[in-house]
Amino acid sequence: MALLHMQRIYIYALKKDRKQILELLQRRGVVEVRNMIKEDKVFSKSDVSVAKSSLEKNISIAEESLSILNKYVKENNSLLSALEGRKELAVEAYDSFKEKYKPTVDNAKRIIELSKIIAESKAEVLRLQAQIEILTPWINLDIPLNFKGTKNTTVFIGSLPKPWTLEGIYEQLAQYMPLDVDIISSSKVQTCIFVICPNSNKDKVYEILRAMDFTLPSFSIDRSITFDLLPMADLSPAEQLAILEKQIDESKNHIDAAIAEMESYDEIRNELKLLWDYETMRLEKYEVLGTLLQSKNVFIVTGIIPEKNSKSLEDELSSKFEIVVEITELSKKDEIPVLYKNNGFSAPLEGIVNSYSPPNKGEMDPTAVMSIFYYVLFGLMLSDAGYGLLIALACAFGLIKFKNTMEDHMKNTLKMYMYCGIATIFWGIMFSSYFGDIFDVVAKTFFGVTDLPIIPPLWFYPVEKPMLMLTFSMVIGIVHLLTGLAMKGYQMAKQKDYKGIIYDVVFWYVLLISSVLLLLSMKMVTDILGINANIPDRVMDIAKISFVASAVGIILTNGRESKNPFKRILKGLYALYGISGYLSDVLSYSRLLALGLATGIIGTVVNQMAAMTAGGVLGPVFFTIIVILGHALNLAINALGAYVHTNRLQYVEFFGKFYEGGGKLFNPFRINTKYYKIKENTK
Amino acid sequence: MMEILNDYGIVLAVIGASLSALVPGIASAKGVSRGGIAGAGIITEDPSLFGKVLILQLLPGTQGIYGLIIAFITFSQIGVLGGSSDISFVKGLLYLAACLPIIIVGYSSAIRQTNASIASMGVLAKRPDQFGKAMIFSAMVETYAILAVLISILAVSGVTGINI
Repeated sequence: MALLHMQRIYIYALKKDRKQILELLQRRGVVEVRNMIKEDKVFSKSDVSVAKSSLEKNISIAEESLSILNKYVKENNSLLSALEGRKELAVEAYDSFKEKYKPTVDNAKRIIELSKIIAESKAEVLRLQAQIEILTPWINLDIPLNFKGTKNTTVFIGSLPKPWTLEGIYEQLAQYMPLDVDIISSSKVQTCIFVICPNSNKDKVYEILRAMDFTLPSFSIDRSITFDLLPMADLSPAEQLAILEKQIDESKNHIDAAIAEMESYDEIRNELKLLWDYETMRLEKYEVLGTLLQSKNVFIVTGIIPEKNSKSLEDELSSKFEIVVEITELSKKDEIPVLYKNNGFSAPLEGIVNSYSPPNKGEMDPTAVMSIFYYVLFGLMLSDAGYGLLIALACAFGLIKFKNTMEDHMKNTLKMYMYCGIATIFWGIMFSSYFGDIFDVVAKTFFGVTDLPIIPPLWFYPVEKPMLMLTFSMVIGIVHLLTGLAMKGYQMAKQKDYKGIIYDVVFWYVLLISSVLLLLSMKMVTDILGINANIPDRVMDIAKISFVASAVGIILTNGRESKNPFKRILKGLYALYGISGYLSDVLSYSRLLALGLATGIIGTVVNQMAAMTAGGVLGPVFFTIIVILGHALNLAINALGAYVHTNRLQYVEFFGKFYEGGGKLFNPFRINTKYYKIKENTK
Repeated sequence: MMEILNDYGIVLAVIGASLSALVPGIASAKGVSRGGIAGAGIITEDPSLFGKVLILQLLPGTQGIYGLIIAFITFSQIGVLGGSSDISFVKGLLYLAACLPIIIVGYSSAIRQTNASIASMGVLAKRPDQFGKAMIFSAMVETYAILAVLISILAVSGVTGINI
């Protein structure tokens, strides 16, 4: 339940050791580099933007080539590989990558080039296919399409829209005989024709043809395109077609060759990944380098380090280099980065706190206190021993199987759900919910047992006593809220605001507890809740007095930041109105009942539906299928609901009482790789 | 006269139960679909956000489930799922009234929650690290659906105890 104490660190060292020192700092990953000294005439920052941009370029090359490679050659990943984490890589392998560096960059560039070749060839194939499509109607014409005629005759080759018959065309041209018309091909949309006539009639024939919407072939080949030294355009359509098909084959061969080459790069996938990591690490190093103050021979690293690491880092640096390390306490103005220190039970929930906001300066780490409630509330909302068992087992399996390689954040997520699962089992047993009422249904349907329930609840059935469950939910809510208020008191005590504790915490405690007692003394409330609260009159009198006293106290003190007494009382009255907020907060915990019932009832519905199909020989098969599908769906939806609403109760109701957040996480200079963990050889 | 009417008690109760499943179900289907459309846009930009987008998409889906719960409780109380079904006219009307909170609030809150969910998806697309806060905005709306289902549960089980 704490945050680590931070210190300032100043490292003064010689430039000749710069590379080694920075690499060491990066591998240790315990210093957040921060500027603490101003530039002057002797010490200044150096410009690293050129080096950075070339590194960024290499990173993007590695990224692009990897994604291309993944597109053409699938990587073998099992379903669970996401849990596996980064592979470990010995320091030596990392250091020796320098030799492979150049060829790997070249290979990456070649992969990108290959993908361009493939894309271009594919476009070429499409273009050629379009040409073939246009040429196909002309395939029976054995002279080139651009043939214009002989010395005494003129030839028109082109197409008419719509189908035409030979007679129809002759009819139109009858007055200009002699001429010869051939229909090359005919389809629903066009008729391709060949017309030959004497030169003397050519203009008139053309006019008539134009009137029939005659058009020249849209497909024209530039005379400059040649094949075997002959201009393509002078070849007949059939010959052109053959050439085009040959070209398509060639392009397809290009694609095949490029893909084959691409596949050969499957072996260097790991090197590409390493290139990415290698360049990312160098980029981070250069980013730090750009912020360092340097003179001709000396450079200074300033930053923030957790106290527990400062001694060992100082010793290590001093033993290896000629160096001065200075460690001081943080000044008041320093922004303190947040680094949590929690035990294995609470640590998994740091992520939940972070996604609200890390604690700000002077705030405490709420994780530990929150963790107990988090697991309990999640369990109450899911409240089915079967589902809890499934969740806990699945998480435990992942945790054990990938014990050594799993990343920390993944480990924490799985641990969180494992604990949530265990809490769910607990509440499931309390309320006797095992996949809904699967035991009862199976026993009744298949074995004819009438002595139900098989496993009675340890406490009660929420479906049968919803009011008891509602009361219990609200009691949990009151405990949760009062804990939040207590946290506020603890925080104020740390800031030595003892008056504030009385005004803002103790008064409210008294007010809330006495109002709960007063509510319980009303017959209407006890009737609704179905409980029997026999509170002695003595206690009631005390409650009445303390209620009034604390309310007056709140009115007088909770507006104390205003000097004006009138304003102060008004603000105090408004603060007292905040009690309605507590009422709605407590009612908000009724979601524990609603979500808990939802899981149980849907589970029961699934079991009932399954039981309806259970007759006959295939009955048990249908039964099993329905049960598995139905419960999988119910588990998914209700686990989602439990997660969302547990977060809501923590963020809105609990944190609302004492926690603001707004801090920044500790972000040390370290190795932020994507694929490999650099394994230190500890000597 | 009353005897004829009493034959129709069960009809009213079934209408109430069916509407509980029907009306919030429609709204949830609409909400989840709109969420899916918005989510699909985000996934084209950054497929790694799928898990988070899915949560936001599914949030308005719970109203349909709450409706289902009320429908189921009502059916089992009035004996449609086995048992006797001797429901007087007044009692049938009471069941119908007891279903009203989830029918009306379930419908309206699912639609409103969808709007909040889609706005939260916008937050997610720009600042994926702020998912926790974005999710809460949408979850706040659901409170009222939960309150409605709670009252419906209490009312339906309360009506069973009344002897009319």
